[in-house]
Amino acid sequence: MYIVVVGGGKVGYYLSVALLSEGHEVLILEKDPEKCGAICEDLGSVVMRGDGCEARTLEDVGTERADLLIAVTDEDEDNLVACQVAKHKFNVPRTIARISNPRNEALFKKLGIDVTISSTNLILGHIEEELPINPLVHLLTLKDSNLELVEVKVPEDSPAVGKKLGDISLPSNSMVVMIIGKGSARVPTSETIVKPGAQIIAMTQTDVEQQLRAAFTG
Amino acid sequence: MNVVIMGCGRVGGLLATLLDEAGHNVTVLDIDPYSFRWLPANFKGNALVGDGTDEDSLRKAGIEQADAFVSVTQGDNRNVMAAQIAKDVFNVHKVVSRIYDPLREEMYHNLGLDTISPTKVSARMLMDVISGEGKE
Repeated sequence: MYIVVVGGGKVGYYLSVALLSEGHEVLILEKDPEKCGAICEDLGSVVMRGDGCEARTLEDVGTERADLLIAVTDEDEDNLVACQVAKHKFNVPRTIARISNPRNEALFKKLGIDVTISSTNLILGHIEEELPINPLVHLLTLKDSNLELVEVKVPEDSPAVGKKLGDISLPSNSMVVMIIGKGSARVPTSETIVKPGAQIIAMTQTDVEQQLRAAFTG
Repeated sequence: MNVVIMGCGRVGGLLATLLDEAGHNVTVLDIDPYSFRWLPANFKGNALVGDGTDEDSLRKAGIEQADAFVSVTQGDNRNVMAAQIAKDVFNVHKVVSRIYDPLREEMYHNLGLDTISPTKVSARMLMDVISGEGKE
């Protein structure tokens, strides 16, 4: 695939290293001449100095034959415009934008960006997982639906302890798909007894996840 | 008419002043309060510190009641992003942006935004003056 990467900062650099090692043709556009020089020294002539939001620059690097454009500068608005120019001017089939303000996720989707990666949300999610105070962890969010896979740890003093799974009332559209206990993981039935310390893996909807959490933590 | 202006530089400040004098209800938004020096002392509109690419700031500026939105910051990309929020999220009737880059201006114009490229306009005016077709 021919991939145009807009922004040669840390994300752009390491992304390009990964893409190159998978055998893709990569071109990085970066405004800052120092960064361009450093990338060129490391990765060879896969970088060009220029503004990836400018149609002329994108034309110079043959964006019309690109399969994918990934915009990973620090500025959300620059990433938006680079993707829009790629899409509308050069018919690039797929565009991916990095966003720092999580609120822009819905907006970018609405404005036709195929995929958005919210670095802030990703970092928050990972930190949340490590916080002992939050017993609900997001494992996976299914794109374009509000279904998600979450993990809830059952505390020792939870009212759910000792109950059959079938006797615990779960919010609608939620289902326990796996229970991980000491050294074993199993697909539960309604007869399965909830034990303290167990990890409940469940499918649920974003708007009822807190009810699901409450069902297992009290 | 309720007008929200993003960017209070020379152009934004002057436009706000003119609209205010014409009796319109104007709110000017800028991330730097120092830029409000471009507004005259008798300015009757609102001057708010805020980022026009942020939906909450736009709400505070009264975008939901606005009849028109103008984005005239120094950044083309900020201007078109804010314009698209005003148009597609808040359904503002009249949305105009300044875009310096003529190519970008042309593209967003074709996508349905009202756009003005000062680069193109001034180059043409200079050209007219030089070739003797200008008014002066």
